[in-house]
Amino acid sequence: MNDLRLYLLQRGSAALMLPLIVVHLIVIYYATSKGLTAADVLARTRGSFAWGIFYTLFVLLASAHAAVGVRVILREWTGLAASARDAIAITFGLALLLLGLRAVAAVVLP
Amino acid sequence: MIFGYLRFHARSNSFNIGLGLRQHTADGMAGPATGESRDTIEVHLWRGQETGDYQRFEVPAQANQTILDVVTYIQRTLDPTVAYRFACRVGVCGSCAMTVNGRPRWTCRTHVSKVLEDGKVEIGPLANLPVIKDLATDMRVFFEKWQAAQGRFTPSQTRQDPIPQMPPTERISIDKAIECINCGVCYAACDTVRWNDKYLGPAALNRAWTLVNDKRDAGQADRLRAVTAEGGCQSCHTHQSCADHCPAQLNPTESIAGLKRRAMEAYLRGEL
Repeated sequence: MNDLRLYLLQRGSAALMLPLIVVHLIVIYYATSKGLTAADVLARTRGSFAWGIFYTLFVLLASAHAAVGVRVILREWTGLAASARDAIAITFGLALLLLGLRAVAAVVLP
Repeated sequence: MIFGYLRFHARSNSFNIGLGLRQHTADGMAGPATGESRDTIEVHLWRGQETGDYQRFEVPAQANQTILDVVTYIQRTLDPTVAYRFACRVGVCGSCAMTVNGRPRWTCRTHVSKVLEDGKVEIGPLANLPVIKDLATDMRVFFEKWQAAQGRFTPSQTRQDPIPQMPPTERISIDKAIECINCGVCYAACDTVRWNDKYLGPAALNRAWTLVNDKRDAGQADRLRAVTAEGGCQSCHTHQSCADHCPAQLNPTESIAGLKRRAMEAYLRGEL
């Protein structure tokens, strides 16, 4: 993927994540202010198709966004070769994707 | 050149009859010197290339003295081996930019009285460019990037065609960015240039933006590809150092943001 596409992917993912972050923060505020226990939260999320889609999308966007950002940081702050930078950024993105989807599965799957 | 100078000053609202008598406010040059008057200035001047050291000189203080005056005094009176570059002395040619007390400036229009710190001033070569000797940098890479950004007009018509009309509303976006004097101050001030040697830099991208807005130009597709390749406009972090330091008070960051928008629009249309 060329530089421009990666740039647009990062900016686009940031724009799409904004409303998701707002909802996420509201959920956190609600859960903590209402004093919900882990069991209460899981009771609401398990088997919920809507929360499953919501957080899967969140994880996909965050993984792409962070990987592109890390690639730029490596470009500007390390002397690594282009292939090494790309490999690290892709690995980082895949790790986030894997961990994120695993977390989503843990709270959503019945 | 004189016409360019007049225009330049008319744009910066500091034009008056006695050319150059009134100073440019971008570098804080207007107004009398403040603080106690001094007989001499302590100057620390870079000597060497990439490696070297600052050499101390004592230079007689004078009213309305510029940094370029100081360097010229040193070269002509104290040490003829000092290397530096200048041409017009009036803020048009863009030759004399140097680092003054850590900040890139056009030295011919930077008054000593406004940059002196405890009676001292440190003068070095521009950052982000290879040093040839002392205060003279090798600006080839800077101009090569102008070429790489397709910063040149590509004609779309012949002399037989009628002169195309451009409404003022279209011309405004070009006018805002056109008065670059190629001094390299923005290039030296840019963090992204320092971090990424492939980055085209604020001046080249600013120039490309003026052409992107010129409907007479026939090289738009190539230019947009050039400014979105690796090191193109998308590399800019919007730190705005270029806009902050530009002696001509241009805003290359705004131009680069414009290029980013055009690039996105072209991409969505499937042209990139």
